[in-house]
Amino acid sequence: MDLSSINPILLLASLMVAATPILLAAIGELVVERSGVLNLGVEGMMITGAVCGFAVAVTTNSPWLGFLGAAVGGAVLSLLFGFLTQYLLSNQVATGLSLTLFGLGLSALLGQGYIGIKAPAFPDWHIPLLGDIPVIGPIIFQHDPIVYLGLILVGAVWWFLNKSRGGLILRAVGENHDAAHALGYKVVRVRMMAIAFGGACAGLGGAYLSLVRVPQWTEGMTAGAGWIALAIVVFASWKPARLMLGAYLFGGVTVLQLNLQAAGLAIPVEYLSMSPYIATIVVLVIMSAGRAPGSLGRIFHASR
Amino acid sequence: MKRRTLLASGAAAATMATLGMPARAQDKTKVGFVYVGPTGDGGWTYEHDQARQKMEAHFDGAVETVFVESVPEGPDAERVMTQMVLAGADLIFTTSFGYMDPTLNVAAKFPDVKFEHATGFKRADNVSTYSARFYEGRAVQGHIAGSMTKTNKIGYIGSVPIPEVIRGINSAYLHAKKVNPDVEFKVIWIFEWLNPAKEADAATTLIEQGCDVILQHTDSTAPQAAAQEAGNVITFGQASDMAEYAPSPRVSSIIDNWTPYYIARTQAVIDGTWTSVDTWDGISTGMVEIGEITETVPAEIKAQAEALRDSIADGSYEPFTGPINKQDGSAWLGDGETADDGTLAGMNFYVEGITGDIPQ
Amino acid sequence: MLTLEKRPNPSKGWTLATPVLAVIFTMIVGGILFAALGKNPFETIRTIFVDPLFSEFAYYYRPQLLVKGAPLVLIAIGLSFGFRAGVWNIGAEGQYIMGALFGAGVGLALYPMESWIVFPLMVIAGAIGGILWAMIPGILKIKFGTNEILVSLMLVYVAEQLLASMALGAMRNPEGMGFPGSRNLSQYPSAANLEIFANSGMHWGVVAALIAVIFAYITLARHMFGFQVRLSGQSPRAAAFAGVNPKALVLICLGISGGLAGLAGMFEVAGPAGQVSIDFNVGYGFTAIIVAFLGRLHPIGILLAGGLMALTYIGGEIAQSTLGLPGAAIQLLQGMLLFFLLAVDVLTNYRLKFGQGELA
Repeated sequence: MDLSSINPILLLASLMVAATPILLAAIGELVVERSGVLNLGVEGMMITGAVCGFAVAVTTNSPWLGFLGAAVGGAVLSLLFGFLTQYLLSNQVATGLSLTLFGLGLSALLGQGYIGIKAPAFPDWHIPLLGDIPVIGPIIFQHDPIVYLGLILVGAVWWFLNKSRGGLILRAVGENHDAAHALGYKVVRVRMMAIAFGGACAGLGGAYLSLVRVPQWTEGMTAGAGWIALAIVVFASWKPARLMLGAYLFGGVTVLQLNLQAAGLAIPVEYLSMSPYIATIVVLVIMSAGRAPGSLGRIFHASR
Repeated sequence: MKRRTLLASGAAAATMATLGMPARAQDKTKVGFVYVGPTGDGGWTYEHDQARQKMEAHFDGAVETVFVESVPEGPDAERVMTQMVLAGADLIFTTSFGYMDPTLNVAAKFPDVKFEHATGFKRADNVSTYSARFYEGRAVQGHIAGSMTKTNKIGYIGSVPIPEVIRGINSAYLHAKKVNPDVEFKVIWIFEWLNPAKEADAATTLIEQGCDVILQHTDSTAPQAAAQEAGNVITFGQASDMAEYAPSPRVSSIIDNWTPYYIARTQAVIDGTWTSVDTWDGISTGMVEIGEITETVPAEIKAQAEALRDSIADGSYEPFTGPINKQDGSAWLGDGETADDGTLAGMNFYVEGITGDIPQ
Repeated sequence: MLTLEKRPNPSKGWTLATPVLAVIFTMIVGGILFAALGKNPFETIRTIFVDPLFSEFAYYYRPQLLVKGAPLVLIAIGLSFGFRAGVWNIGAEGQYIMGALFGAGVGLALYPMESWIVFPLMVIAGAIGGILWAMIPGILKIKFGTNEILVSLMLVYVAEQLLASMALGAMRNPEGMGFPGSRNLSQYPSAANLEIFANSGMHWGVVAALIAVIFAYITLARHMFGFQVRLSGQSPRAAAFAGVNPKALVLICLGISGGLAGLAGMFEVAGPAGQVSIDFNVGYGFTAIIVAFLGRLHPIGILLAGGLMALTYIGGEIAQSTLGLPGAAIQLLQGMLLFFLLAVDVLTNYRLKFGQGELA
């Protein structure tokens, strides 16, 4: 055992990278759930984003266009869910699970021609001045742009939900859709926008895997990341700031257990791997403030 | 075991007799493949499917192949195999360890159909087993790794702790140690065959902990990309050549080449000479191929590695040749003694010098 | 402009017509997809939806529908009680795993004792395992008001890790040549869940599923508990006035679903799957949620929906191996089928109206 071989600075830096795909998918799902919709299809949207992003990036040789394509791909798929649940009033749990099945199949078909190809390079940004600060620089300011995009999105969502009028409406719709409807808000329209945003974010998260983290297209490559994103939203009690904590906890446990293994420490990997899920349950119990949005998962139909 | 086979075979025979067996009088030989992953996994299943296509092309219309991908190990596998038999398959390759009992169950019902189970250890009159001595290729990798490392730390990404993976770790370690006594192995298990993101994280972790050579027993190119980003780290392709990362970081590779075996076994069925065998081939028959060693490796080391490869191929050298002790210091192989296949097949211990424990 | 108007009562006619409509839509769109993939759409649709039931080899596939459909129906029946009462257990996959671990644990602990008592003990243990796992979200909900959807989902991942730990450690087969996975319970006569009649597909899990369907039908139609469940789902306040104890209802609903999911896991591990392995669970717990909704939470509907899902799995495998259709296309088709089934259900509960006004 050689714990001294673990470099805490590098560990924290790689934690930021490991957490980014789940953070991106989770911030989107957070907005969806705050609008009162439970979309369990995150995994399907992520993998669709992964293949769309990869295909676009390889074809155009531009990672940036790839990410754009991934966001569009994820959003389009999520609108299918939105159409079914919001206009045809189908059950959200069943529709979300079906969306995952659909997305896995769709991505495998779309990706058939992209196996064994390299993605265009996507260099890190070494932010001048900030990146040179000892300790903090390498941890926070020497990553690829999407890491920052994830952080900016979290901030933007926080601002939107808490400081903007649009966020107020979205929360009202999520808490009590009948009351919101009575006040004249367009419940379905608000939710469709939230769902599309969630799909776009999940798509970005998937593309981060296929274009930066791995980078490669392989069938089923998200390997459950979408489900972790769902867990993080709950862990965060639907609050953007805590979402980051949750993403770093889940990402951190993975990175930490790999580091401990490499250092030669005999650890029961399974028990360490289940710990964030148990922590999520504990958080659910402890934080009474962490109440789910009032209308989460309920079907809205404006009766007249 | 007995009760089930007895019941099953008796009843199956009765059913088939009353309802009629599928027509066997066909001109084309039909060969089925059952895959555990998607054909697009880029590794294990991908290589099996490549071999299937090449085999079909080799017979130029005389052989028809069928496959089903992503078949879960269990009742689904039994059904897929039975379905292939009913559709007239003469020979079925089942390409995952977890298909072992399902293969035997189905084979017992259809004694006229031949089965080939990859990486297992149970055989029957109409069930062969086949596997590749990947550890021979690991010896070559270990030699290059031990010669090239500057930090004397070599990282190894293990998938699931089964004997095949453990053999690879031991073989690589022994040959790295032979050229570089100071070498140290860091092993990370990810407990999955395919999870590219976790493989990337594992590779990054190993590099951060000072490893400048990464060996992997997982299928994605994620570790290659991580090494490329870090620079000054070398890697080896696994299952596929992964040539898109050559000449550096990928300096060589182990390629699973099932094509010659699939052609030979199908030919045996066509000729009526098929018998149940236990095949465990390595570099000599080409089942294990060493991908091109790139110019990143100094010419002298490359020549040594190629000589090692050739000596394994012609049988003059065995990768597991004593003296070798087990991790706990107890003697395993005496001076000049070579390992028997039984011990290798069930290998569940590290050799002396490797630190850490095999997960239990 | 098209608007929806809620029907006072769900339409009987549409309840029966919508599933047929959905299957027809799926066939049309699926046919277009298959044509785009270069396959004959009519042949493909026939292979998937008709061949498992009416073809030369349907004598084999029909029993397989039972094997594949039984766990889905068993779990979905359990879930339907909670879903009707507004108790959302979506962690059946975890309860399924725990049932298998408890059941297999008892069987493996008693190995190699041969006695009639072994199997009944395993059945009881399986049910207890599932119930215990389902009680965690239940108790947390009634004590702390935590959301059972999320807790039960989190527990799926915990159960998966426990499964891996057991397959690699405590339950590993000591005679398994170093491979992960337990002894094969289907080869241990006292513990094996075999077919009751040869080649019928009828194992005890199928029997349990059929009993569950009948039990659920009677309970929901005739029994006070069924009335309470329905009332709680429609109007929690009315239920409270009627004397329903909501906390007891939560625990009972979760207990039923957990117990049946646990049983399904136990029957699967002792019979068709045979052993505890890392990849033992193949998503029955999640698919069953879809089955429950497709069956409109009605026992007979669930039975039919389970059969339909099993049909697409088995037909999909046939289409893969006989027509060379990619596995992904089958997944896509299943996703489409589910979407259509969910979408057309709107006609059951709502009336389409042409008129002015806009959708909210």
